[in-house]
Amino acid sequence: MKYDLEPTLPAPSSTTGVIGWMRRNLFSNATNSIATLIIGYFLVTLLGPALQWAFIDSDWFGDSPAACTSGGACWAFITYRMDQFMYGFYPETEYWRINITFLIFAVAIIWLVTDKTPYKGYVSIFVLFIYPVIAFYLLYGGSFGLEVIETHKWGGLSLTLVLAIIGIVAAMPFGILLALGRRSNMPIVKAFSVIYIEFWRGVPLITVLFMASVMLPLFVPEEITFDKLLRALIGIILFQSAYMAEVIRGGLQAIPKGQYEAADSLGLSYWKSMSFIILPQALKMMIPGIVNTFIALFKDTSLVLIIGLFDILAIVQAANSDSAWLGFSTEGYIFVAFVFWVFCFGMSRYSQNLEKRLQTGHNTR
Amino acid sequence: MSTQDAREVSDKLMIELRNMNKWYGDFHVLKNINLEVKKGERIVICGPSGSGKSTMIRCINRLEEHQEGDIIVNGVELTNNLKNIEIIRKDVGMVFQHFNLFPHLTVLENCCLAPIWVKKEPRKQAEATAMQYLERVKIPEQALKYPGQLSGGQQQRVAIARSLCMNPDVMLFDEPTSALDPEMIKEVLDVMIELADEGGMTMLCVTHEMGFAKRVADRVIFMDAGQIIEENEPHEFFNNPQHERTQLFLSQIIQH
Repeated sequence: MKYDLEPTLPAPSSTTGVIGWMRRNLFSNATNSIATLIIGYFLVTLLGPALQWAFIDSDWFGDSPAACTSGGACWAFITYRMDQFMYGFYPETEYWRINITFLIFAVAIIWLVTDKTPYKGYVSIFVLFIYPVIAFYLLYGGSFGLEVIETHKWGGLSLTLVLAIIGIVAAMPFGILLALGRRSNMPIVKAFSVIYIEFWRGVPLITVLFMASVMLPLFVPEEITFDKLLRALIGIILFQSAYMAEVIRGGLQAIPKGQYEAADSLGLSYWKSMSFIILPQALKMMIPGIVNTFIALFKDTSLVLIIGLFDILAIVQAANSDSAWLGFSTEGYIFVAFVFWVFCFGMSRYSQNLEKRLQTGHNTR
Repeated sequence: MSTQDAREVSDKLMIELRNMNKWYGDFHVLKNINLEVKKGERIVICGPSGSGKSTMIRCINRLEEHQEGDIIVNGVELTNNLKNIEIIRKDVGMVFQHFNLFPHLTVLENCCLAPIWVKKEPRKQAEATAMQYLERVKIPEQALKYPGQLSGGQQQRVAIARSLCMNPDVMLFDEPTSALDPEMIKEVLDVMIELADEGGMTMLCVTHEMGFAKRVADRVIFMDAGQIIEENEPHEFFNNPQHERTQLFLSQIIQH
């Protein structure tokens, strides 16, 4: 017997388009319509003055508070000190060193995150192994005819980025090793990982930073002096790798046992099966959690202000107390919040994009 | 080219289990297992669920550890020595009930991974071999897809090809068709029958497909409660089962 297939019809027009969307989502029934109107009213009454203050009545440039005459936000406070907010107390003639350092990094990262660029492997090796050396000599100097610029002169956004990038890049591999260690069959490796993770997760980052900056010098001989920035960095890395380890462990545990068994049965050694089979899947699955940790780490870098490092928040706070520019702390804090938000939102969007791209339409069997 | 006559079972022992015992905690899962498999022999293992058939073949490539007795595969004794385990796993391929393909790799990459990284084959050569085996399991056109885009039957055929790419002497099949939809069982069994008919491959297959057992097995082994109850060549096994438990089992599965 033959039968005809029913034709495929387009969806009814009332369910598509802007009108359809509004009808479904905003005005689907009386209660929803009223809620929409009330929320709309508040949005307009609150957002309007905020926009007015921030954009319409604002002054953007000037070298003293006298330039701010429009009654709105005085962004001149920010733009006037922009160099300081970006570079801290780094000598002005050497700004190019910071610029080049971050320019190389930005180019390499864009290269890596863009689809279908060639030589990704070489670029990753460059970023992980060669770039840190270049960055060190550019930022710190002391060789190639570059004068040494001590880390206490570093500050602003560039310091925040140094802390965040090194923290992220270093915490990730440590986190992976700790996560594998915690699932290891070897009792000593396992015990070490568990103790390490539980210790660092049990103390607040502030305590760690205080320890690193105040207590550590008391315990080591006087001749040995660690740079304060280095101490803060080590503290951040030790602390965050414990968090990273737990996120990655979650991913490892979510991989079905069959994957481990298939890898074993093919004769893959432990490290090969981890690096080719288990970790790629576990890390992919945990992208939201990993990026969450990255974002938390990025924001936590602002805690270094309590040990006297001038990251972007600390430097803006210092500027707030400048007697020539009193009364603009709102602008200052909004600016800091905006800078943090841009970076964190960027990471968040990239992670969503990455998740979509790595989707291979699998069920996990 | 491959006919029944091509089968050759040599006298060389491929697998020996001697007085093997295994416990899960206090539970005695495998009791005094003795089994000798010659090179090129095809063995089907059946029995009720929980009888230890899967556990037994999983001991052969050390996915499970046995506590007592000896396991010798191709002359190498299976001990805690990692070197020996490595040698044995290179020789022994395994196909799982749930396929266990690597979902983040394409079909071709699934097949090439172990040859490249375990046997150190050059990539080109590994890919050529993989394509050859994918042709044998009749899905070369799926080589660049991901496992998640294939049907269960196709996935299981890829899993067979993946094991064959390591050029093993022994293939273990752990209920290869029991997770498949009925209409896909035949395509997997056909591939397995072809492999059996070619000869040379030692095969141990845990399955409930009695038709397959009758068609290819040199010996059928029946297990219950962790022991081997009966073993015989298929004709005798199905027509003249000796043990009461075997008779009950056969009467129950044939009724349907």
